[in-house]
Amino acid sequence: MVTYIARRLIQGIVVLLVASLLCFIVFRFMGDPVITLAGRYATMQEIEEVRRSLGLDKPMIVQYVRFLANVAQGNFGISYVTRVPALGLILERFPATFELATTAVVLSFVIGVALGVLVALKPYAVRNRLIMAGSLGGISIPTFLMGILLIMAFAVYLGILPPFGRGETTQLGFWRTGFLNLDGISHLILPALTLAMYQLAVLLRLTRAGMREVLTEEYIKTAWAKGLPPRKVIFKHALRNALIPVITITGLQFGELIAFSIITETIFQWPGMGNLLLTSIRENDQPVIVTYIMLAAVVIITMNILVDILYAVINPKIRYE
Amino acid sequence: MSKRRIKSRMLNSFLHDPSAIVGCFILVLFAMAALLAPWITPQNPYDLETLTLEHFLTPPIWMKEGTAPFVLGTDDQGRDIFSTIIYGCRTSLIVGFSVVLIAGTFGVIMGLLAGYYGGWIDAITMRLADTLFSFSTTLLAFLFLGISGGGSIFIVILAICIAGWVRYARTMRGSVLEVKENAYIMAAKSTGAGDFRLLTRHLLPNAIPPIFVVLAIDLAVVIMLEATLSFLGVGVPLTEPSLGMMISIGKNYIYAGMWWMIVFPGAALILLVIGINLFADWLREELNPKIQRKA
Repeated sequence: MVTYIARRLIQGIVVLLVASLLCFIVFRFMGDPVITLAGRYATMQEIEEVRRSLGLDKPMIVQYVRFLANVAQGNFGISYVTRVPALGLILERFPATFELATTAVVLSFVIGVALGVLVALKPYAVRNRLIMAGSLGGISIPTFLMGILLIMAFAVYLGILPPFGRGETTQLGFWRTGFLNLDGISHLILPALTLAMYQLAVLLRLTRAGMREVLTEEYIKTAWAKGLPPRKVIFKHALRNALIPVITITGLQFGELIAFSIITETIFQWPGMGNLLLTSIRENDQPVIVTYIMLAAVVIITMNILVDILYAVINPKIRYE
Repeated sequence: MSKRRIKSRMLNSFLHDPSAIVGCFILVLFAMAALLAPWITPQNPYDLETLTLEHFLTPPIWMKEGTAPFVLGTDDQGRDIFSTIIYGCRTSLIVGFSVVLIAGTFGVIMGLLAGYYGGWIDAITMRLADTLFSFSTTLLAFLFLGISGGGSIFIVILAICIAGWVRYARTMRGSVLEVKENAYIMAAKSTGAGDFRLLTRHLLPNAIPPIFVVLAIDLAVVIMLEATLSFLGVGVPLTEPSLGMMISIGKNYIYAGMWWMIVFPGAALILLVIGINLFADWLREELNPKIQRKA
């Protein structure tokens, strides 16, 4: 197990190196940020000055090695636009994204699994067919459209929930939270629903499929025949086994969650990391983009390793060599 | 069971599944509309000569200020919403089918080779696939287009293919590993069949069914992804019609109560995706040996 994790960590570092190198190569072929930054009317001298001050006059390979050396010390460079450290700029936005994403994941997991079990027990009941039809809608409405439709319904026509922003927040040390007052929570409802909806429908369908397969197994028949109460058969015998693939897939969907949070944050003008990324892409703010990609990669790789460990814990049949 | 009997069984189950028929009907309807677009639309919304700014922001025809021939109203440039939707669906279907064909072919070949040969081909393909998969198609395509600046439908297709072929490769590899164990593969080998013949005549046809399910689901996913990318401004260029772009224009007018610019293209997108998903659902249950249909 320990060697397995060590190997995964080394793999993760290789992925990070490749990702950063790819970013560098792609940026190399994109427009020169110096001209945009120095302004259209800058003289040759001023342009050279800007280039030197950002270290962009050195050869590509030198720039890359210097970038790696700096990253190793936690220095991801300075935003071309705001002139503050890119890492700080992004981390400042972390609490907003974290609170939104966590709320959405908890919502989609709890409701998705609960409804999935319910539907699997009586797949042909009218109520459950309706739930399945709803889940079909859930996977067929793209996240951006879901967000806009929710804004139209609840903010524009009914006028009961705020359409954008994070509302009032409370500062707790370095963490700025929106959970502690009503205004913050009411601002969280629509974006969290938007982000949760697709994932919820996917989890519902996965749980249902898993439960339907497991419920036909011999050991479930044995459990019923022993006269165990339904609660025990369903939750202890069936759901535990049906959940194994569900948990694995949830963990592996983390990249998806990050992508969808970019979309959701853009629609609701949520002051999180995804919103910052889209702004940075429009402004060609390369250090912020690279830092965001590196952080996303670290989060995704870490999550994958954690899911592998969790997988071994809930499924004792799995042994990593 | 002979091939013909498998086919007639599938056709029979298809004809007895109303949702599969509805799904297929929707898909055919959209495909026909996209093909016949120049003949069934009152206006080519991307031909500047037919645009007149005097009809901008017209509501649908049944409302007070609605005028013919703008059945579903117009947008802020005077483009007919109905026509733009049809042309937008054309873009959606072109991107969708191109991606599933290109990414599907590439993924199937990689999965076939990885599953059959194993060893370092397998190791490299699968490490790469795992990595791309965990970053997700949506995130990779978005970053790729955002950083490179996009610029044409072709680049959008390319970006989604680069990010999305892994699902096919993983599915195909798994299927090949299972099929490889069968006695008839051993038999073919012992009669002296070469690698190429074995791969194309025996492994490919027997291992491919699960790919059809991935293909159907992926078509829906890719169409949603194209709309999303275009909505965010990193997808197809402004000069091409796209459902995502229509909705992004309409978003500027939701507080003005001009709902038709979002609701109609949104409904078209949802309907198209639901149609494909209904068909995919049927296909998945049909090709999954573990679930018996209709208890």
